[in-house]
Amino acid sequence: MSAEAAVKYVTETTEAEKERVAAWINTEEYKELNFKREALVIAPPHTCQPLGAELVAHAFEGSLPFVHGSQGCASYYRSTLNRHFRDPAPAVSDSMTEDGAVFGGQNNLHEGLENAIAIYKPKMVSIFTSCMPEIIGDDLVAFLKNARNKGIIPEGMPVPFANTPSFNGSHIHGYDAMLNSILHTLTEGKKVEGRCTGKVNLIPGFDANTGNFREYKRLFAEFGVPLTILGDISDVFDSPCDGSYHTYPGGTKLDDAADSINGKATLSLGPYSGAKTFAWLKDNYSGKHAAIPMPLGIAKTDELIKKISELSGKPVPESIKNERGRAVDAMTDSHQYMHGKKFALYGDPDQLIGYVSFLLEMGAIPYHILCSKGSKKVEKEIQALLDASMYGAGCKIYMGKDLWHMRSLVMTDRVDAMIGDTHGKFACRDAGIPLFRFGFPIFDRVNKHRYPIIGYQGVINMVTEICNKFIDIKDETCEERFFEMMR
Amino acid sequence: MWPQKENTMRQIAIYGKGGIGKSTTTQNTVAGLAYLGKKVMIVGCDPKADSTRLILHAKAQNTVMDLVRELGTVEDLELEDVMKVGYGDTKCVESGGPEPGVGCAGRGVITAINFLEENGAYTDDLDFVFYDVLGDVVCGGFAMPIREGKAEEIYIVCSGEMMAMYAANNIAKGILKYATSGKVRLAGLICNARKTDKEFELVSALAAKLGTQMIHFVPRDNQVQRAEMRRMTVIEYSPEHPQAQEYRNLAEKILNNKMLVIPTPLEMEELEDLLMEFGIMEAEDESVVGVAEAAA
Repeated sequence: MSAEAAVKYVTETTEAEKERVAAWINTEEYKELNFKREALVIAPPHTCQPLGAELVAHAFEGSLPFVHGSQGCASYYRSTLNRHFRDPAPAVSDSMTEDGAVFGGQNNLHEGLENAIAIYKPKMVSIFTSCMPEIIGDDLVAFLKNARNKGIIPEGMPVPFANTPSFNGSHIHGYDAMLNSILHTLTEGKKVEGRCTGKVNLIPGFDANTGNFREYKRLFAEFGVPLTILGDISDVFDSPCDGSYHTYPGGTKLDDAADSINGKATLSLGPYSGAKTFAWLKDNYSGKHAAIPMPLGIAKTDELIKKISELSGKPVPESIKNERGRAVDAMTDSHQYMHGKKFALYGDPDQLIGYVSFLLEMGAIPYHILCSKGSKKVEKEIQALLDASMYGAGCKIYMGKDLWHMRSLVMTDRVDAMIGDTHGKFACRDAGIPLFRFGFPIFDRVNKHRYPIIGYQGVINMVTEICNKFIDIKDETCEERFFEMMR
Repeated sequence: MWPQKENTMRQIAIYGKGGIGKSTTTQNTVAGLAYLGKKVMIVGCDPKADSTRLILHAKAQNTVMDLVRELGTVEDLELEDVMKVGYGDTKCVESGGPEPGVGCAGRGVITAINFLEENGAYTDDLDFVFYDVLGDVVCGGFAMPIREGKAEEIYIVCSGEMMAMYAANNIAKGILKYATSGKVRLAGLICNARKTDKEFELVSALAAKLGTQMIHFVPRDNQVQRAEMRRMTVIEYSPEHPQAQEYRNLAEKILNNKMLVIPTPLEMEELEDLLMEFGIMEAEDESVVGVAEAAA
């Protein structure tokens, strides 16, 4: 269609034609065409590597996230984090422009480092890249060595860096690359034979729920097991409002991160989003290592609790056993509102596996399971969960698909609700179903990131949110004669 | 991401002016090393993808970027799809790239080498990895083979022709830039003779000025072209031929080469003086610059 014809089509289309098309995109015929689509991605439920890198670059004490690349890219990551947490996300860029693209970005990097260190006084600068320097092949190893030789980087200041091309992988890969580089940089030369800090290190995986981080800390405290979270965002993006501005309000202490190499054990809760970091760490860290699924739902939380007990050699405390009992009670009290309900869900592999496990525990049906950047391995793992439960029969996994595919699914093969992030709200509105916002980013609800979804407390939170919504819907839509006090 | 662990594998990059015979020299030298029992991998870093045909007897190998184009992503690619084994157990990979005039060939080289690294192509049994790189290091992508953790030895293929020597000097400037921040060193000039006047002496003199050596003088011989017609190296086509012995000698010299230097590239004037000294260039007569033949 020429530009003129397109304008004519849009401006002169009759109301009848608009209605015809609006109805047609809800049909089986359209769904089939939609799933044949190859050339175009519409509303992918993932974002780019540098955004994941920036999240974890914020998560260490005095760490200044530094984008080697274009300014606009840096603004995008910052504003996304900022809109999700409703807290500042202070980060800088070296603002590469046309000349940087032609001559290489070394001058930008050097000048940027000089300014950022002088103005923002960080303890560490965590560098990651946008597309442009990746395309032109900037050599960060050489650039940083030259910066040290020129005295731009103060003696002893750690400057980790990660290559995070946006056009490859997704935010979870950027998170992984940046975390790996930070730990590699901070722990270099810190391994002491025979030393053991007695602490357990935790890799939470890509997670933008500050409540989850506080919950991990609480669970470990209940056990009396000292903990180092490798990349702790809780005080960074959930800092108290005390009337003054703090550039670096929290994060994992650099000394703790450096000493984490001598830890008693290391536990990864992001087998997919922290895969490379964990593989590297297994060869370099002292102590035991384990990677288990993100603790969403009862079974996956049980796995975490047993693992903490095993790694620390401490028995499960009564308080946690009671917590579990309360979560099971909460599930039992409300199961009738979720039982048999069909869900559409999408997200990162680690979360998705958790949602599926949790829904099946409640007797709900994870009917359409969609992942835009999943692998065969993720698919197999989810399929195994489905196969192990009677509620998994007939559920389907869609790998490498986007939210426009998801819309076709929920319009033609209907479900009762969706689990995802804010981007799912359009399809939910069209399908007339509620959206449960447990993913990232959440732009349109407040304080969601303060309510943990992991652990037994997370189970209670998810069950409460989901079931009460279904009850609300019943109250709003039921006939007068069924409008009851008791539900 | 950061320097890899030390191992005994030697990684070598071959640079030189376009058309000078880099790919032919590389493959014949690698065949010489294979003949000496060494395990080698060749990584072609040129969108033209002609760095492995003599080893594989193939017209064109499936390149990494060909398959990426087909699959639409590098994530579904398997190592065995792009790595072929040819003469003397030599492993061959071509990075490939876009068609001329579109896209970004330099990124193609980065993507291909990252892929090889992540998928375990650099196995411990390899004695050598050779990168056969596009004529000029036009952008950051084509310098990927000489980044830290990659090739530390560079050989420049050149001849006694003026432009080849200009190019060699320019490449030495590029190496100097990388040598100051990393471990990359110039290991020698390989003279691929064109039978120009005083070629041996001239290239030796340039090598000396650059602070390096002319590691070997490969005489011109049509046997190379005869072997190429059959898509073979001379070493495989006619192992008894004197030209095959030349390449084996070159391989032997590379094997034993310990002379790795930070080059001392020449200023343009110095280079021109050198060329004049050997009668390749005449002293400039400003009075005739810009004057047409008929008018003179």
